Amino acid sequence: MKAFADLFQAIDQSTKTSIKVAALTDYFRTASDDDKLWTIALFSGRRPKRAVTTTQLREWASEVADVPLWLLEESYSIVGDLAETIALVLPPSHTRSNLSLTQWIKFLGELATLEPEQRKERILQAWSQLEPTERFLFNKLLTGGFRIGVSQKLMTRALAKAVDQDEATIAHRLMGGWTPETVTFQSLILDDDPTADLSRPYPFYLAYQLETEPEELGQLENWQAEWKWDGIRGQLVLRGGQHHLWSRGEELITDRFPEMARSLDFLPDGTVIDGEVVAWDGAQPMGFSTLQQRIGRKTVPKKLLKDAPAILLAYDLLEHNGQDLRDAPLRERRAQLEALIAPLPDDTPVRLSPALHFEDWQSLTDQRATARDHKAEGLMLKNLDAPYLAGRKKGDWWKWKLDPLTIDAVMIYAQQGHGRRANLFTDFTFAVRNGDDLVPFTKAYSGLTDAEFRKITQWVRKNTIQRFGPVRQVTPHHVFEIAFEGIQKSPRHKSGVALRFPRMSRWRHDKPMSEANTLDDLNAMLETYG
Amino acid sequence: MNGALIFTDKGIYCPAGDFYIDPWRPVDRALITHGHADHARSGHQRYLATHQALPVMHHRLGDIQSQGIAYGETQKIGDATVSFHPAGHIPGSAQIRVEVGGEVWVVSGDYKVTNDGLSEPFEPVKCHSFVTESTFGLPVFTWPSQAEVAKDLNQWWADCAADGKTAILGAYSLGKAQRLMKMLDPSIGPIMTHTAVEATNAILRTQGYDLPETIAVTQDTDAKAHKGGIVIAPPAALGSNWAKKFGPVSSGFASGWMRLRGIRRRRAADRGFVISDHADWTGLLSAIKNTGAENIYVTHGYTDIFTQHLNNTGYTAQVVPTEFGDTDQDSEDAA
Repeated sequence: MKAFADLFQAIDQSTKTSIKVAALTDYFRTASDDDKLWTIALFSGRRPKRAVTTTQLREWASEVADVPLWLLEESYSIVGDLAETIALVLPPSHTRSNLSLTQWIKFLGELATLEPEQRKERILQAWSQLEPTERFLFNKLLTGGFRIGVSQKLMTRALAKAVDQDEATIAHRLMGGWTPETVTFQSLILDDDPTADLSRPYPFYLAYQLETEPEELGQLENWQAEWKWDGIRGQLVLRGGQHHLWSRGEELITDRFPEMARSLDFLPDGTVIDGEVVAWDGAQPMGFSTLQQRIGRKTVPKKLLKDAPAILLAYDLLEHNGQDLRDAPLRERRAQLEALIAPLPDDTPVRLSPALHFEDWQSLTDQRATARDHKAEGLMLKNLDAPYLAGRKKGDWWKWKLDPLTIDAVMIYAQQGHGRRANLFTDFTFAVRNGDDLVPFTKAYSGLTDAEFRKITQWVRKNTIQRFGPVRQVTPHHVFEIAFEGIQKSPRHKSGVALRFPRMSRWRHDKPMSEANTLDDLNAMLETYG
Repeated sequence: MNGALIFTDKGIYCPAGDFYIDPWRPVDRALITHGHADHARSGHQRYLATHQALPVMHHRLGDIQSQGIAYGETQKIGDATVSFHPAGHIPGSAQIRVEVGGEVWVVSGDYKVTNDGLSEPFEPVKCHSFVTESTFGLPVFTWPSQAEVAKDLNQWWADCAADGKTAILGAYSLGKAQRLMKMLDPSIGPIMTHTAVEATNAILRTQGYDLPETIAVTQDTDAKAHKGGIVIAPPAALGSNWAKKFGPVSSGFASGWMRLRGIRRRRAADRGFVISDHADWTGLLSAIKNTGAENIYVTHGYTDIFTQHLNNTGYTAQVVPTEFGDTDQDSEDAA
């Protein structure tokens, strides 16, 4: 575990990409194949099976550290990471274990076969043999979720360097449903066998937000425009008579969208389609909140299938008749996609995401303004001559989203943040005016700079009227512009509305409270955009 | 409790002696625990502080009417008897003991119970009522020993020197900066200081505090001439234009907040060193226990949680709202 802990520290202590990549490359050159494989697995979101519940961990840590459970919970809510909280409260260790990362993971695997009391004994023993960083990492293995400041992109780059391979090739090899138990470092990274995993998706190509005027993109006729749908990105893989649906986060979501099974009846084997999964009312998408009911569930009740049916709006063809098409220009891929999908009947679970017709940039700008009517977030602009790249790359794909909706609201409650923002007030509740009353309608946590958060933190300390546990009611005074992507009726909220992606877009120092928006304004927005 | 001290919107007030302790609004007579800006504010008519704390206060607050007092010396103010006792926070820092009609209160200001080798070491003072801070009043805050941190610090500096980088360390210019200097191994290279830090150094040296030799970085200093050096500067100077004159640097930040990974990452320094002039969780609890006090007043920090814990463990504790710990930009996260 020491080598892995050293790697973690080198990565965690640095803010520089070059240093992180160098540390990773070095590790991938020197670690054992098993440790390398597990490191790749962990950094790409795969994790060992949970051997104990987090409830048990909290109880045991509370006992060993002699810290009451409520206090551990409070600390956790401030630290923002259970693995770290436990590592910090435990008493110092006195002996040091020599087990490797893979051996510790094996140790965790064996826990499942033990009686609860023995499991506890083993965990306490492990805690007493690890130094603080190792203990934190061990706890991370126990609690799952290994987001530690290394993107899969960085890891891929380092791995490609270490084994002297092309980055896109490595990215593709890392995709799919493998686990460290089913592959070896050799079989996964070194001898790639394309038939080894029929479900393996291609790395998604991700777009940047367009920051300039579209005119600056150059020749109009080189660009394709589509609606930017408000669903979840999905890749449908049809191979070997089976279908697999992958999310952008490389999660297999086939079982959540059983509708897709019928695609096998319409599309040939050896087809891979990139598109957007949306809830569909027969003519247009039904809004993200409808789709959301589907995302969280592993099995779908019949009623939900009927109320929120899902389809894939197809916008790219990555594989056709078993051939990887990614190097072909979009122009060609699109033609093949249209030939494949356009003739299909209306009730097919895969439909074409239309390419928009436009004569000049102005007509496109006008169409973008109507995106909300089409249940879209804006437009996608794609270079017709470009291949399908891997990962987020600038230049050929741009998202050109609508400006968000905004409303000016009064801050009325404040709460301290956690994790990176543990000693700042960062979580706020906002209200609109209604006569002499203030009606809370949303919370927001982001959008301010660190300097603004520091400033508001000092202000909150001095202007607290009342405390409700961690929540402080503050003097209604400051007005913030709240930006959001959508508004919907919600019986669960006091105000009757729920906002999508609310954040603080501006601190309106120029506006007194009397000029904040009203409940009537909010209801008018609901009327227009809801 | 007969109210030897009461909590007002100007600060902690003693009716029997008609004085305030560390008030945040202008008052006639102010007793000051230590020279940090949130405790020693400007605008009071008269100041009383330890002989050791006064020179820096004069430097920071200008022409103030002040009187010095020795540690342990008692003074009668009205019907109150007051004395100052080492708080271990920074040079000259004190806990203030106030006795009125047999009722003893201690206002600890900011404190730490470990000996940092520079500040007058903390002394527990018996009392009935104890006013404490709780900046780090959570069990996740426990400090490694100063010797351990010194080892890491010097290793980092030596690595920087070997890499041809200047180490630049952010620290509060009164107290933390000088404590760190004393932890450094001068055989590694020269110690340079930002002028804000050097101004405090000069005062403390005159007072007789033993500090290592330093090179003040002024406009005329050829920063790159001091190869393998370390620079000690206020946190705000890290990443500023000023820091660019040193060429390639590695930045470090020394604070108790560095115990939390999230804040280390927000700080975005190359290295975070866990070192604080405030008591950690165990320090707070041992200090409180050693006073023998039953009534505990918690002024700033994680007040709600810390107070609840005290109440659960046999004390009568309550939160008192104050304006301590309201940091300026310079001391952000520097505690």
